[in-house]
Amino acid sequence: MVTGSALKAKRIVEELKKCGITHVVWLPDTEARFMYDTLINEKDIKLVQVCREGETVAIAAGLYVGGKEPCVLIQNTGFLESGDSIRGLAIDIHLPLLIIIGYRGWKRVGNITDSAAIYIEPILDAWGIKHYLVETDADAHNISIAHKEAHETKRPVAVLIGREYQ
Amino acid sequence: MIDTIEALKTIGEHRTNEVVVPTMSVFLFWPAISKRPELDLHHTGCMGKASSLALGVALSQPRRRVIALDADGSLLMNLGSLVTIANQAPANFLHFVFENGVYQNTGGQPIPGAGKFDFSRLARAAGYRNAYEFDDLESLNISLGRIFKEDGPTFVCLKVSRIELPEWPEWGTSEAWPRVKEALAKYVSG
Repeated sequence: MVTGSALKAKRIVEELKKCGITHVVWLPDTEARFMYDTLINEKDIKLVQVCREGETVAIAAGLYVGGKEPCVLIQNTGFLESGDSIRGLAIDIHLPLLIIIGYRGWKRVGNITDSAAIYIEPILDAWGIKHYLVETDADAHNISIAHKEAHETKRPVAVLIGREYQ
Repeated sequence: MIDTIEALKTIGEHRTNEVVVPTMSVFLFWPAISKRPELDLHHTGCMGKASSLALGVALSQPRRRVIALDADGSLLMNLGSLVTIANQAPANFLHFVFENGVYQNTGGQPIPGAGKFDFSRLARAAGYRNAYEFDDLESLNISLGRIFKEDGPTFVCLKVSRIELPEWPEWGTSEAWPRVKEALAKYVSG
């Protein structure tokens, strides 16, 4: 368990607002569920809930073309499910998209045994998607760094929410 | 059965300033028919994501109608999007599905359940405000004027015949995106 400052939803939303995020396109997951109550009450950011994660990138691409600033919030399992959308509607069209990924199975200490956690970083690397880890409020600023990098490189950039159960 | 090209021409005649998101077989024929290429958002399918992509545009531009030109096999890959769209309930969303019962691009193999289920009923049950089905061009032509004006989300299933496809083009689709983004930005700022 991480000691010190925990990761609070309010801190993440603060960063999203700094980035000018207008829409969070998401499917609830265990790692990021703590953000729901904060996001649902946030006036400046709209939540767009989907039935399956592959929809998220396509909806975000449409929002971006229409002048909005979306981000995607899904679990690592959902990222794997979304593969062809990420290829064709984020990488191929040079979409500067912030993808926030719930890091299921992640552990700071000890062996990682969940294959969803084992494979996610190698797959992000293989696809050339830069990624940052966010565990506590202290490193929530990585969200802004990732967002800025997405726009500078015109590519999706990922933030992994490594929040252990507390 | 409706001829696909004739159906596209009919939609093209009713279209004014709508963004159009064409996919799969339709994607191959639409460029020759469209009179507003700057508002055509081409993409290569991505496992049936035309409806989701069009939803994103519709949510970003609530004062502009957005048309998805979807295909039956494509929508089956992304059937949950019907519920996602109905839940968001964009009034400016018009969703056409060209139903020919086969995967046209892979040689005409039947889609699962071809002829055994009803797309327009699925859309209605998912929560679309309006859902229609047409199997003749004249009825489609008569109804489209009204359909283009009514609040959506609206679903239109077109029973179309199979068609010989041209070669899939070598060109990519990414060049359409900045052009459409720029056109929509002008509209917003204007």
